[in-house]
Amino acid sequence: MSGAAIVWEHRDVLFAGFYNTILLFGIAAVASLALGVLLTMALMARSRSVAGLAFAYVDAMRCVPFLLFAYLLYFGLPSLGIRMGNWTSGLIALILYNIAYMAELLRAAWGSLAKDSIEAGHAFGFQGLGLVRRIILPPVFFAAAPSIGNQAIQILKDSAFLTIIAVSELTHAAMAIQTTYFVPFASFVAAIALYWLTCMVIELGVAFVGRVAQARR
Amino acid sequence: MTDQAEQAAPVVLAVAGLSKSFGKNAVLTDISLTVRKGETVCLLGPSGSGKSTLLRCMNWLEQPSGGAVVLSGQQVGVRAGGNVAMNDRELAAMRTRIGMVFQHFALWPHLTVLQNVMAAPLHVQRRDRETVRREAEAWLDRVGIAAKKDQYPAQLSGGQKQRVGIARALAIKPELLLFDEPTSALDPELVGEVLAVMKDLAREGMTMVVVTHEMAFARDVASRVVFLDHGRVVESGAPEDFFLRPQTDRARQFLQRYAAS
Repeated sequence: MSGAAIVWEHRDVLFAGFYNTILLFGIAAVASLALGVLLTMALMARSRSVAGLAFAYVDAMRCVPFLLFAYLLYFGLPSLGIRMGNWTSGLIALILYNIAYMAELLRAAWGSLAKDSIEAGHAFGFQGLGLVRRIILPPVFFAAAPSIGNQAIQILKDSAFLTIIAVSELTHAAMAIQTTYFVPFASFVAAIALYWLTCMVIELGVAFVGRVAQARR
Repeated sequence: MTDQAEQAAPVVLAVAGLSKSFGKNAVLTDISLTVRKGETVCLLGPSGSGKSTLLRCMNWLEQPSGGAVVLSGQQVGVRAGGNVAMNDRELAAMRTRIGMVFQHFALWPHLTVLQNVMAAPLHVQRRDRETVRREAEAWLDRVGIAAKKDQYPAQLSGGQKQRVGIARALAIKPELLLFDEPTSALDPELVGEVLAVMKDLAREGMTMVVVTHEMAFARDVASRVVFLDHGRVVESGAPEDFFLRPQTDRARQFLQRYAAS
């Protein structure tokens, strides 16, 4: 039996892993973007202490290897009395880690936004959250769409690290098939193909947003 | 309107002893002026004379270093009966009574023409959506751009953008309209369409303060011109007096430079 045939025979294992990967990726991408928006607002806050704390968080996350961070949450936190399942702990690691990146790239887009349209917002009486939501964030999202897409792909790939805390995602499934039936090439290529497919879908989404954004800058 | 009727019209905007400096650099010194209902006051002066800064002090986009700005009897930027600065919310409520038209249009790029005009009446003034839409369409019709209502700003010419800018300012039903060099960023052949709209507004009795380099507009449309130089009011009066009988050397020099060009 060829490697490919063996992998095909156990495709349910692979697909179950793929399903988990998509789920982890989907939740982490949406949550880190949404919470990233809040962190961006903190980064741009007038209050120095709020902005300072936000910058400290971003810097901390950017300087920690993701693998180590995932270890820390899963193996380290129980010694502080916080115990989570591997799935939950992996998902939280993905979210907490990527909030920082999302916030940082949104901040860059915000900083390069035309000052005069924000000023017009002030002049017409927009302020506070209304100003952020109606005037600032939409063009920030359009400008940041390609970087958000890149970060989404990064989240997808980072989710593969979670195999080390035994989250049953796609890489974990491929590993399981290859260790049981000793078909490393076929099972890894199959997993890579599924990652690649997901990337293509993400890139299609980014291209679509790019087309929508074109008229709106 | 006769002179006497104009004198009797209520004061919409009063600037009293206003000064502004950036660090040690004094940009405006002891500026006082009054704008009555229905007047069009043109602020003239060489580049760097402080005209735009003065205009931006009127709605607190720049915070003056001293003096006061009063809109229909209520002080801008400072709480009534005290020396306490307004918070963002109070300032926003003040600003929504003043329309502003910007040199570089400053439209919101992610909103269509119609959405640009509807945004502040809908989300700041919180008025009824259907009414706001009807009025916004009427304003766009008014400035001759109704056909473009579903386009985005990036798809418009400069003159069209500026007419949307004017419709956006009118839609909040302002007590006062501020124009910050509204035609300076336009190609020469597009200046006329914007000035024509402004001329109509002035004729209909809109209260306006206009920073401009369009001397013909100031001469023909202004109720009063205020000439600034080095951050001070050097002359102020009826346009026919200023343009035909300037009282100071600096005003004469300024006008000669324009006559020569």
